[in-house]
Amino acid sequence: MSLRASTSQTIGPYLRIGLEWMQIEDLAPKGVAGERVSLRGRVIDGDGKPVNDAAVEIWQANSHGRYAHPEDKRDKPLERDFRGYGRSLTDDNGGFRFNTIKPGRVPGPDGKLQAPHLTLTIFMRGLLKQLQTRIYFPDDPANAEDPVLALVPAERRSTLIARRGADGTLEWSAVLQGKNETVFFDF
Amino acid sequence: MNPAPYRRPYWNTQPDYLFPKYASTVKRAPLQPLVVLPHTLSEVTAPVFGHDEVKPGDSDLTKQHKSEPLGERIVVSGRVLDENGRPIPNILVEIWQANAAGRYNHRVDQHDAPIDPNFTGAGRFLTDKDGHYRFMTIRPGEYPWRNHHNAWRPAHIHFSLFGQGLMQRLITQMYFPGDPLLEYDPMFMCVADEKARNRLISVFDWENTIPEYALGYRFDIVLRGREETPMENRR
Repeated sequence: MSLRASTSQTIGPYLRIGLEWMQIEDLAPKGVAGERVSLRGRVIDGDGKPVNDAAVEIWQANSHGRYAHPEDKRDKPLERDFRGYGRSLTDDNGGFRFNTIKPGRVPGPDGKLQAPHLTLTIFMRGLLKQLQTRIYFPDDPANAEDPVLALVPAERRSTLIARRGADGTLEWSAVLQGKNETVFFDF
Repeated sequence: MNPAPYRRPYWNTQPDYLFPKYASTVKRAPLQPLVVLPHTLSEVTAPVFGHDEVKPGDSDLTKQHKSEPLGERIVVSGRVLDENGRPIPNILVEIWQANAAGRYNHRVDQHDAPIDPNFTGAGRFLTDKDGHYRFMTIRPGEYPWRNHHNAWRPAHIHFSLFGQGLMQRLITQMYFPGDPLLEYDPMFMCVADEKARNRLISVFDWENTIPEYALGYRFDIVLRGREETPMENRR
C-alpha cells in the first residue's frame, strides 16, 4: 500500500484556542537529573518585527542521552518525570521560554555521537508548513564534531548555537529572514 | 545502525514556504536555502502521550458549557495512517475551529459575527489501536479575512497531529465537500497537485450520522511513512 502524506496547512492566527491547554515551558520538575537550563528566545520576521502568534515546540533527550520513546532502546536510564517535550506560545514581544535540562549526547549518522541539542519545531500564521531547526549549547567542545552542524555552511552555524547571557540564561532567536537568518532544515 | 528515514514528500503535494498569494508568507518564509537534515534518532522519535492526558469529554465540543452551542451538530471522524497504510495508534490529535457564525473565541478575531458563549471550539483525542479518532462538534462558519479584496475562508477545522516520530508531526485543515469558496482560497490552493488538495476535503459520512441528532463527515489523515518497511509489517 502506498499513500501520500496529507498536505500541510498553516496553523493560522487562532492557535491558542487549540494548543494553549498544553503549554509546557517547565520540562524538568525537581529531581530530574542534569544541568539546569533556562532558555529565552524570540521569533523575528523579515521586517525585524516580533512574531506574536508562533508555537515553538522542543524535543530532547534526557541528561543521560536517552529519548523517552520506544525506538530508543539503548541501555541508558529513563526518568519517569521527564518526557522531553515542551511547547511555548510566543507573547507580544515574540518571546518564548523553556526551563529544562541539558540533554546528553545521542547517536547520529553511522553511530557518531551528536553534540547535545534541542530539536525545534515552529509553527505560525504565514507558514504553510512548520520550520525545523536545532539549538546547540555554547562552548560545548562536542559542537566541533557534530555531524549535523557539519552539514551547515560554516558562516551560518552560529545561528544554531545559543548565547549565554550575563545571568546564565541561554538566549537564542529564530530569525526568519535577513542577514542573520536562522538555518532551517529541509526534513 | 541508522534508523530508517522517513520518505521525503512527493512533488507538488506539500506547500513551499514562500507563496505570495497567501500574503503573510512574504515576511515569514525563510529565504536562504534549507539544509537537508538526516533523520537521526532525534528526528524519528517524538513525545509519547498517555490516555490519562485526554479526558473522554475532550472530544465533544458541544458539551463544554452550560448549554448547547448554536449550529448544526456534526460527527467528524476518521483514521490516521502512515504512507505505508499502517494505522497510527495512541497519537494526540488536537482540533480548533470557528463557531457556527464564523467567529473564533479569540481576542484577535475582530469579525463582526457573534461569539457563542457555549462554544470554545477546541477538542482533543488520542487515536485508538486502529488509528481511529472521533469528535462531536458543530459545523464551523465561513468568515472573511484580509488577505486580498473580498477574501473569505472556506469552512474548516484545524487539525494538529503528533506522530510516532517528529518527522510525522503535521498541522493541517479539514474542509467540507461542495464548499464554493475552496477554489478562491490561497491556503487550500497552496499545492499544485489537485488530488493532494482534494484529500483535505472531508467526505459526507452516512454511516456515522446519528439519526435525528447529527450528520457525519469522514476525514482520514496520512502521515509520512518510513523508507524501509520490514517484510513482516507489510500489509
